[in-house]
Amino acid sequence: MSQKVVDILKEKFGSVVLETKSEHKDETVVVEASAWFEVAQFLRDDPRCDMQQMVDLCGVDFPDREPRFEVVMHLHSFRLKHRLRLKARVGDRDGEEATIKSVVPIWSGANWFERETYDLMGIEFDGHPDLRRILLYPEFEGHPLRKDYPANKIQPLVPFREGYEKLPPFDEFEGMSFGRQVFRSGKFD
Amino acid sequence: MGEIVKPPTTTAVISGSEQGFATTRLDALLGWARKYSLFMYPFVTACCGMEFFSMTSPRYDVSRFGAEAPRFSPRQADLLWVVGTISQRQAPVLKRIYEQMLDPKWVLAFGTCASCGGFYDNYTTLAGIDKIIPCDIYIPGCPPRPEAVFDGLMLLQDKIARGDRTPGIVKPRQDPAQNLVELRTKNKVPA
Repeated sequence: MSQKVVDILKEKFGSVVLETKSEHKDETVVVEASAWFEVAQFLRDDPRCDMQQMVDLCGVDFPDREPRFEVVMHLHSFRLKHRLRLKARVGDRDGEEATIKSVVPIWSGANWFERETYDLMGIEFDGHPDLRRILLYPEFEGHPLRKDYPANKIQPLVPFREGYEKLPPFDEFEGMSFGRQVFRSGKFD
Repeated sequence: MGEIVKPPTTTAVISGSEQGFATTRLDALLGWARKYSLFMYPFVTACCGMEFFSMTSPRYDVSRFGAEAPRFSPRQADLLWVVGTISQRQAPVLKRIYEQMLDPKWVLAFGTCASCGGFYDNYTTLAGIDKIIPCDIYIPGCPPRPEAVFDGLMLLQDKIARGDRTPGIVKPRQDPAQNLVELRTKNKVPA
């Protein structure tokens, strides 16, 4: 469907395009993180691509890979009716130096998407006008969608009450026989 | 104190000397007055709100129980309805609203999420509002049916009338497993 766009990108940027994949007429292009902004700018401005809409931007954590995170952006052209998935890989194994250039100057709608990705995945967007947490509270430490964030770690803002007994359906596991804690404890049947 | 004069309603009552009086204890009277004048503060955060609207609509009509008047200031409310999931970020807000309410005050956890966090077993959800504020009635269900909510409300009214501050849980009117048993018997399916 948008194989033309992939060919244009390959022709224009050459070795910056690391990898391309097509599945169910759904094209994916992986580019160098350093060329992220230039590729995005080209995709919007070139009349053959004309990606006016940035549909989604998110991050993926692959803890075993060396550039650990993938930044995934979905683009769509209303006029030419094609779509493209653009990816870039950033960050080392410890999750440090996960920095990529912000695309907010190109699509202003990317603002909150990048804040969300920063909030939950810890990828920093260079040049973002207001890079703060968007869903979690400022006191929160760490980035919960990273695979090394402990699954049952909570960071309450107010101290919990003490010295109250739970009622019968709500045992120590809050009555959740399907809960993660119950499975870990080995008490499920 | 301790006894009230009931206004005479018929000529027969007026003619009697001892009739026309009703005696009661003050706390029983106050309990009776409180249980039918629960001003609610709806703290509606999630999908249970739909069932909450249904409950207040004419079809189910919560005003039959004298608990329909919403007050959007916690200072005027008696009963805090916590309807829906409470996230860790909302927890200080909920605690503050509870603290702003004047005594006597009651808290009702509407639905599984408010009662114990439900299936949100993660970094962002508060696993039950009783972690931060004392809770009087728990209504399980995802969301609970309006009938279950009224069971909870009547349970609360009963507790208020008796001056009982221990928490209560709404039990299902019928064991859900019983439906399966009946269905199998009807269709003659071996268990």
